[in-house]
Amino acid sequence: MASSVKGRRSITRGGEPLLAVEDLAVGFDGLDTALVDGVWFTLERGETLCLVGESGCGKSVTALALMGLLPRPPARILRGRARFAGHELFAMTERQLADLRGDRVAMIFQEPMTSLNPAFRVGDQIAEAVRRHRPVSRAGARTRALELLKRVRIPAPERRLDAYPHQLSGGMRQRVMIAMALANQPELLIADEPTTALDVTIQAQILELIAELQREAGTALLLVTHDLGVVAEVADRVAVMYAGRFVEQGSVEQIFSDPQHPYTVGLLGSLPSLRQREGRLVAIPGAVPPPALWPRGCRFATRCPLADERCRREIPRLSSITPGHHAACFKLPLERHIPGLAA
Amino acid sequence: MSDTTPILEARGLTRHFGGAANFPFRRAAPIRAVDGVSFSVRRGETFAIVGESGCGKSTLVRLLLRLLTPTSGSVYYDGADVTQTSAAGLRHLRREMQIIFQDPFSSLNPRMTVGQLVGEPLAVHRIASGKARAAQVAELLHRVGLLPEHARRYPHEFSGGQRQRIGIARALACAPRLVIGDEPVSALDVSIRAQIINLLEDLKSEFDLTLVLVAHDLALIRHTCDRVAVMYLGEIVELGDVERVFEYPAHPYTRALLAAIPVPVPAARGRRQLPQGDPPSPAAPPPGCRFHPRCPHAEQVCRETRPLLTERARGQFAACHLAGRLPAPAQSSKLAPAKGDAGRRRLAIYHRRPQPAAGFR
Repeated sequence: MASSVKGRRSITRGGEPLLAVEDLAVGFDGLDTALVDGVWFTLERGETLCLVGESGCGKSVTALALMGLLPRPPARILRGRARFAGHELFAMTERQLADLRGDRVAMIFQEPMTSLNPAFRVGDQIAEAVRRHRPVSRAGARTRALELLKRVRIPAPERRLDAYPHQLSGGMRQRVMIAMALANQPELLIADEPTTALDVTIQAQILELIAELQREAGTALLLVTHDLGVVAEVADRVAVMYAGRFVEQGSVEQIFSDPQHPYTVGLLGSLPSLRQREGRLVAIPGAVPPPALWPRGCRFATRCPLADERCRREIPRLSSITPGHHAACFKLPLERHIPGLAA
Repeated sequence: MSDTTPILEARGLTRHFGGAANFPFRRAAPIRAVDGVSFSVRRGETFAIVGESGCGKSTLVRLLLRLLTPTSGSVYYDGADVTQTSAAGLRHLRREMQIIFQDPFSSLNPRMTVGQLVGEPLAVHRIASGKARAAQVAELLHRVGLLPEHARRYPHEFSGGQRQRIGIARALACAPRLVIGDEPVSALDVSIRAQIINLLEDLKSEFDLTLVLVAHDLALIRHTCDRVAVMYLGEIVELGDVERVFEYPAHPYTRALLAAIPVPVPAARGRRQLPQGDPPSPAAPPPGCRFHPRCPHAEQVCRETRPLLTERARGQFAACHLAGRLPAPAQSSKLAPAKGDAGRRRLAIYHRRPQPAAGFR
């Protein structure tokens, strides 16, 4: 299956974005620090935004908070708002949210085995997703389920309708999840590490499938991942998270060819290259501290080679570098701090 | 044993699981986890074994360490057949060969202190006791970037990267000559991976080690390894120098792996040939070449005859009937410069060391 993933998808600009998140902060009971703090982004129809960061950086919490899937308590939305196609997500009742989820907004999670019910046939599970939101007959829903299995290219779809999740391979289960997510042609798909549990050859198939279906239906994609290779492959825009905050946001080209924040620079630099051996890898020193020990100012200050008193004391705000490209750091541009390059 | 004797060699190594006659029930088809694998590891090199889940790479590692006995075939360490070795010989072997596990959370006993964990091999092999042991433990902890006072703490008090450092200190305790890393960094966060890879490379040269790395991250293999064996469904399909295999992959599966891996270069997006479908079950491998159902080039001969691993170029072996005739792979864009100039230039800020304390506690 050779197909092109090159080029921008058609993005409708102008007017209101499909999703607008403003100054989102999420806290948990028993913790003084906000686990997600000051997150700010928009997503246009058909666009792909990747939230990238390491474990514990708050990327999944952000995604779950938007969908109203965080248990409250212990989670609390401390600040901020999120508008999806005219709806204030944080003002909706649980019932209204349930109507939205699986219909106009769908989610795919990392481990398809835990998201599918092991006791029901996959055909029935897909049909249920259809019938929850559309007034169709049992037979109609089953036909739709078969159609969807064909669309996600599951081999022998007629037989798979009656299969239980454990009878399918990991890649096929993830295809079933995608079929279910796309059942009602959502405007927004939120995918949390959808290919992390899969092998690389299967991962490539799944990413290509998502991109293809997204192009067909004009679905916007919010993809949560830790894999910078996947980001480079699918993103239109990228937001880099560290310890609950956005440290940098920009187009995929801006982030990969012109990274500004010391964390982004270090993260990209620490990846070995497929092309050649290049001596020692550059390693960001230390590890992400636990939330209780996050510094008051810039949260990357404990690991940043440039951090000074101000960084530890004050929170740097996201500021614009070029149109669409923002970074939160007091030390920009970094060239000023490189010996021999200083202006 | 001379210096040219490979430090480790596998000959026709095979391991099947299950399938024993289970009277009165039908005999189940055995899982052919490893099926006729042969290769040798040279002294002082870093040898990679790469493959997707279920290809048998972890079983292979356990066979090499004699944690499993092979169904047939042999493993030679320093020229001696270890599949026939005595209990005493095995104890000696265990000093010489060590393993670093993937998961630093489950491979350390949570009820033992770090000092006990790292000191255990010293006690088992009667290398040191009492104060001498404590001193050696402190030295080992220092070598892997931990502090001597960490010896009194328990594994749960450490982060993933630090736990992997404990696992490495434990593996090095009895001064092995060969260390096998079974996905030693794949459970770690990206920024921690580079630290551990650098540490392994430093320790390798400092202690004169031979390293065998099992991994699925091709960029990591390119960075750290000298030679690579590519496994598919229990067999080695390609083996050779890392540079050669990455630049001129001979086997369609190797090409598929290289094509499928996402690289952090947005400009490398583009058309590519992906293998179709899932890998078949190792209980019922397809006849002929095991990759043929997913191979875009498969011909009649591939469906009928099992290809043998044969030399295709100097230092490069492939098990493919068509290896000489395949069109050249078109994926050069992946091998293009990986990082933008600006990013690479700014990376210099990380050379201004030394800097904050390594741990957070």
